[in-house]
Amino acid sequence: MAEITKLIHKYLRHDKKFPHVWCPGCGNGILLGSLIRAIDKIGFEKDDVVLVSGIGCSSRLPVYVDFNTLHTTHGRALTFATGIKLAKPRLQVIVIMGDGDAMSIGGNHFIHAARRNLNLTAIIVNNNVYGMTGGQFSPTTPYGAYTTTSPFGHIEHPFAISELAVTAGASFVARGTVYHTNVLDDIIEKAILKRGFAVVEVISNCHTQYGRKNNMGSAVDMLLWMKKAAVTVEKAKNMTPEELSGRITIGVLVDRDLPVFTQEYQKIREEASKKWATATKFA
Amino acid sequence: MSDSKTTQGQVLVLQGNEAMVEGAIAAGCRFFAGYPITPATEISEMMAHRLPAVGGTFIQMEDEIASLGAVIGASLAGVKAMTATSGPGFSLMQENIGFACVAEIPCVIVNVMRGGPSTGLPTRVAQGDVMQARWGTHGDHPIIVLAVSTTKECFDITVRAFNLSEKYRTPVIILSDEVVAHTREKIQLSHPEEIEVFDRIKPSMPPEWYIPYEDTPRGVPPMAAFGDGYRYHVTGLIHDVRGFPTERSDEIQAFLTRIHRKIYNNFSDIMMVKEEFTEDAEVLVIAYGSVARSARRAVREARSRGVRAGLIQLVTIWPFPRQVIEPLLRRVKVVLVPELNLGQISREVKRINQGRTRVEKLNRIDGQLITPNEILSRLVKL
Repeated sequence: MAEITKLIHKYLRHDKKFPHVWCPGCGNGILLGSLIRAIDKIGFEKDDVVLVSGIGCSSRLPVYVDFNTLHTTHGRALTFATGIKLAKPRLQVIVIMGDGDAMSIGGNHFIHAARRNLNLTAIIVNNNVYGMTGGQFSPTTPYGAYTTTSPFGHIEHPFAISELAVTAGASFVARGTVYHTNVLDDIIEKAILKRGFAVVEVISNCHTQYGRKNNMGSAVDMLLWMKKAAVTVEKAKNMTPEELSGRITIGVLVDRDLPVFTQEYQKIREEASKKWATATKFA
Repeated sequence: MSDSKTTQGQVLVLQGNEAMVEGAIAAGCRFFAGYPITPATEISEMMAHRLPAVGGTFIQMEDEIASLGAVIGASLAGVKAMTATSGPGFSLMQENIGFACVAEIPCVIVNVMRGGPSTGLPTRVAQGDVMQARWGTHGDHPIIVLAVSTTKECFDITVRAFNLSEKYRTPVIILSDEVVAHTREKIQLSHPEEIEVFDRIKPSMPPEWYIPYEDTPRGVPPMAAFGDGYRYHVTGLIHDVRGFPTERSDEIQAFLTRIHRKIYNNFSDIMMVKEEFTEDAEVLVIAYGSVARSARRAVREARSRGVRAGLIQLVTIWPFPRQVIEPLLRRVKVVLVPELNLGQISREVKRINQGRTRVEKLNRIDGQLITPNEILSRLVKL
């Protein structure tokens, strides 16, 4: 335990930003730990990592960590990250978003980022609710759930974040929970190392806003719910849709090699250079 | 980079939009993100054509919000960046313009104005976004807005926009309009040695001494690029000198005062107007953009008919060049402000005039240009 604590302290901005804003028991802290362990294991220099986020509880994460950090406008984190990556491709750009941030206001940016296939890592913390604004329904709130804006039960159907990412063309898609930290460490590491657009959906708990309204108990109860609901990708292959209903599939869902934007653009640069070298006058 | 990749010193027939691309590249712009919209599209098209050959990057984003987001990201990573759009796209960008103001990110935003509101008149000229450029995003913040009226100015003012942006760590908006954007003119492009290029001040102290939003005597703190060894936090929240969110009223006040001060203390450097016959003018025309060309012709014509007319062409629109105009308002008998809206700049002129002299408007909002004759016939009657 002491070793883990020491490792995390190495990466935190302890001089200014604590105590943090998260509620006791929030899954965001667990994700922060996983992320730091993954980056430390890969061995990146702090200077080479850029953490970008949008707006929301999970998007407050970058402020605590001693990297180049950018807290952007709501839903737009991936667009800022796109500019950083294109301007300095050597930087490891990791984007942290919440489900409301990435899927609602940022839904369009998300599918286009997946399609464009820049070498970015997108981590989406899915707690089924808008936590920071006080518990309104989000694009991932399940049908029938109670929130402050669905006081009679939610009548819309949720987005499946990972499945959407697969369809939109992401190179790598994985899902984890804040209960299964070993799996989470592992898939975050794989996602960061992947060349191409990598998405990690992290199922997390908002016991304060979502759990309380839906009688899901304490933070611990919600973690135990994740433990019970989770099923690995391998196991899920042999299960029927009925058996899988209400379960959370965890692990790597898709890992494929697709041409990366920056690589493709380098070809354009070379071709353009040749063309301009032979042109005598402005085209 | 071989010379053939550049257009330096060439005499070319270009439209305003194309000249802006050449100006941007001459100023060191190496990143462009945009979304197609009439009448700004040629800027994107030319950037896609020109940037890769000079080692830059062009990207067409999914919308205008994304475009400015990418531009801000690129600028934070140390590359001079720009986007171009028109009315509706400019409206979408407002949120991120505010971000660039509060996080002090240099970038250039071109708005080729067209008729509005809403989708309005995509292929027709207008000057309806003067106030949106000033006040479009929420909250109190300063902004620099420049207006272009000729193809040559599209080149020169774009260079100037980048320089001001880098110097004061602020977004700079260029207001063009459909007529300026699409008028083809012969221009002589400058050689690099003729162009003054200003790059942002980078920190020179060791990283542990760097305070990213420190109040320096200039009011403009040095700016480190991501990946250069200075790790710091950038946020759209009001922040302290280290970049971390704050709600302490003494820090809020100090920060917002500084970002205003850095612009207003450098007023004389930022302000640019072009004057003609103002020394002895009795009738003063104040114009900008494509209308300034009609106004110039009208003023010259009026002079030849014995009317003591003078022209002030606004190049800097915001901050409003009050210091130049105010002394003239004490002297002239009447001021005429022709513009392609119902009076956005004439309102500003009236505000600083404080009833000293007569201020007349000449407005069109039908998608047509104001002709020299229209201005002239008003001038001789004033």
